[in-house]
Amino acid sequence: MEEKETKILAKNLIELVEKFGDIEIENVEIRADELTLILQPITSSLEQAPHLVSRVIEKEIETLLVAEFSPPIEVYPGEIAEVQIGATKSDGGSRRKVVKIGGAKSMPFYSFEATDQNKPVLAVDVFDMPIKLAKSVKQHFKDVMEDPAEWAKKYVEDFDAEIVSLNLISTDPLIKDTSVKDAAKTVEQVLQAVDVPLIIGGSGNKAKDPLVLEAAAEVSSGERCILNSANADNDYKKIVKAAKQYGHSVIAFTPMDINNQKKLNRYLLDEGLPKEQIIMDPTTAALGYGLDYTLSLMERIKLAGLLGDSDLQMPIVAPTSNAWGAREAWMKSEEWGPRELRGPLWETITTITVMMSGGDLFMSSHPATLRVVKKMMQNLYGEVESEQRTQDWISEIQG
Amino acid sequence: MMSKEEKASLLSVYRHLPQTNCGECGAPSCMVFASKLLNREATLEDCSPLMKPKYKEQMARLTEMLAPPVKEVIIGVGENAVKIGGKEVMYRHELTYHNPTAIAIDISDTMEDKKIVDRCNAVESFILVRIGERLKLNMIALRCKSKDPDRFAFVASLIEKSCKLPLILCSFDPNILKVALEKKEIADKRPLLYAATEDNWREMVNLSKHYDCPLTVFAPNNITLLKSMTRTLKATGIHDMVIDLGTYTEGKLLKENINNLVMVRRAAILRRDQDLGYPIMCIPATVWVGEKLDPVTTSYREAYVASLFIDRYSDLLVMHTMDIWSLIPVLTLRQNIYTDPRKPVSVESGLRTIGSPDEESPLLLTTNFALTYYTVINDMESSGIDCYLLVVDTEGLAVEVSVAGGQFTSANVKDLFSSVGIEEKVRHHKLIIPGLAARLKGDIEDATNWEVLVGPRDSSQIKSYLAKNWTAR
Repeated sequence: MEEKETKILAKNLIELVEKFGDIEIENVEIRADELTLILQPITSSLEQAPHLVSRVIEKEIETLLVAEFSPPIEVYPGEIAEVQIGATKSDGGSRRKVVKIGGAKSMPFYSFEATDQNKPVLAVDVFDMPIKLAKSVKQHFKDVMEDPAEWAKKYVEDFDAEIVSLNLISTDPLIKDTSVKDAAKTVEQVLQAVDVPLIIGGSGNKAKDPLVLEAAAEVSSGERCILNSANADNDYKKIVKAAKQYGHSVIAFTPMDINNQKKLNRYLLDEGLPKEQIIMDPTTAALGYGLDYTLSLMERIKLAGLLGDSDLQMPIVAPTSNAWGAREAWMKSEEWGPRELRGPLWETITTITVMMSGGDLFMSSHPATLRVVKKMMQNLYGEVESEQRTQDWISEIQG
Repeated sequence: MMSKEEKASLLSVYRHLPQTNCGECGAPSCMVFASKLLNREATLEDCSPLMKPKYKEQMARLTEMLAPPVKEVIIGVGENAVKIGGKEVMYRHELTYHNPTAIAIDISDTMEDKKIVDRCNAVESFILVRIGERLKLNMIALRCKSKDPDRFAFVASLIEKSCKLPLILCSFDPNILKVALEKKEIADKRPLLYAATEDNWREMVNLSKHYDCPLTVFAPNNITLLKSMTRTLKATGIHDMVIDLGTYTEGKLLKENINNLVMVRRAAILRRDQDLGYPIMCIPATVWVGEKLDPVTTSYREAYVASLFIDRYSDLLVMHTMDIWSLIPVLTLRQNIYTDPRKPVSVESGLRTIGSPDEESPLLLTTNFALTYYTVINDMESSGIDCYLLVVDTEGLAVEVSVAGGQFTSANVKDLFSSVGIEEKVRHHKLIIPGLAARLKGDIEDATNWEVLVGPRDSSQIKSYLAKNWTAR
């Protein structure tokens, strides 16, 4: 509408008001954007008779003004690489099925502007020796902790785990100093025991990890595992070389810093490892212990990738079982209520929050987390019908 | 619909300031003050010249320019009033999220009077102390389940007498809310009215205006209807609105719900869609609708549903559970998300004394990551031990992370030893390091020639650890 027209309309309306006092515009639909245009000139030009104006504004509305809404869609120039985890027989491996992560074209769960993204996936933590676990996790696995193959099997068979994350922590010279050869044997045993894809982790010892991962990569050749991890302090070149040679992907771990993450990714890319074989681990802190840093870090990384920073266009892995490090998750306390509930809930909420901020692959440990988060992802991907019938919570809540 | 208003930029804000560079606000120049205003580090009231009548117009202009795209709405009165909304960004790293999600606990008017009073007291006295902050529940949501206006009004008064928290009066029947609002003590507290719908909005508008109370606009799973309603209500002169798009907790509707929340917030912030620039309300308590619910799994469910909504822009939640184990993680998440990401994450490194230590007292060590530090110091102080605590600079990283990342090294420890003059403080040459830094034991021993003891993995165990292991000789 032209400004001139608006003024004429406004003038007419003022005249009407002066003539009849209150005007009734019942059952007349005024398009809302017209209304704002009309009313604004009146309010500014009618200082001599504000009472009339307020009467016009407040009395005439008997039916709802019409409004329109179109989803505020953004198109991002970049997209996140897709990483395939595991290989079936036809790809040269022996897994029952493969898992794909990444491929995002938008922020997590913004399905109003981008569909067909891969769902995040939960991996489960298995160790090559019995370790100290929170009681509420341990109770499910105490009979299998001596045998990583059985441990993995239990997760897959009883709790429907989609990926096993095997942590070869006993290779640490300060723990058991398990030999590279024995560690590789463990990898073979787990591969035989379960038919889901595998993440193979070292102990965190910077000298030994590259050797352990190299040997593990060799015995799992063709299975498209994930080697965990290459970082700025270890011989990442050796790990990358093994990944390339035997067809695996690599986790690039950095402690809480987007620039260091970018730098490390660049190193791996420069070694000739494609984006489709890199997963970032920018550090996952537990709820209450720095989760906010993780959240913002992941959102920044994801946004940077979507905006076109090709050094940050890899999917993100989040070891959300770090939640068990929070004392609220494991400590016995009358005051805080039963830890059997607190612990899994702590992990569940840590995982959900990381999922909403951009995590693509999680490593969790409690069966309740697996169940809840998996279900929630199915819901958020619209794969499940809703049974919810009412919004009258006011009278229908129990109690 | 784009707003025609001038978008706040450094220059546009500066242009409307007095430009006297008087320094009364504490900033060296008006330009610096403008940037502080934009970063929400200062308010217009800090500029005393601007408060003078001759700047009235500029003041009005600036107020309008600096108003956040999501309106700030105040519920209640006085010191317990709750401020919600006031949001300016989509992601917290862009600035910070202001006004933490308020949490209301529901009460049904069909409960026994004594239970109502007990529940009020429990909500009001609930406090969780984390990292020096007192985390609380903020409001009471009174549900009219009885369908009896007098009972509802009676219970509203009962709650008003029992606790000081602001109220949300919940009924889709305006006549029920009206009877409660006729009681002066209720209306004077400026409760939030819940809710105006497509059918009852005319009556709700009258109540909201007559009693000057904020009003929730309820349009389940329908953004277009929501926009129609807020636009209409604004035209009738209602300004303090809260929006509710319904709360769906499972299946496809959950997906739509989450999408709706993102779209509404994005339209408000990026498109400056004024119809949608209001605080968002969600009702995790809806998980308690249904037959034969298991109280434990439902409480668990409510906590993660609430967390999901905190993760996605909710400014106000109504919850039902009072289970402590279920509320702790929700309040902790809220605290996490609403901390200012611009604040440093580290504390100063150096030597701290706990109690009154002497040269025989134990010497412990932790990192300068703020969360680690505060947890450790809290535990040590509350256990009543006398000792020294070395805070090593790990660039603000936690123990495990900084050991892995190489920010926590024996060289750091050695440097810290000399900079604090540790040799003059203790005689025993023994250092207790965190259990999670066990692998640095050898390195530190080599670098310092001190004996290194590996302490507990969690600082809550320090007292018992010292009792069992500590001797200076």
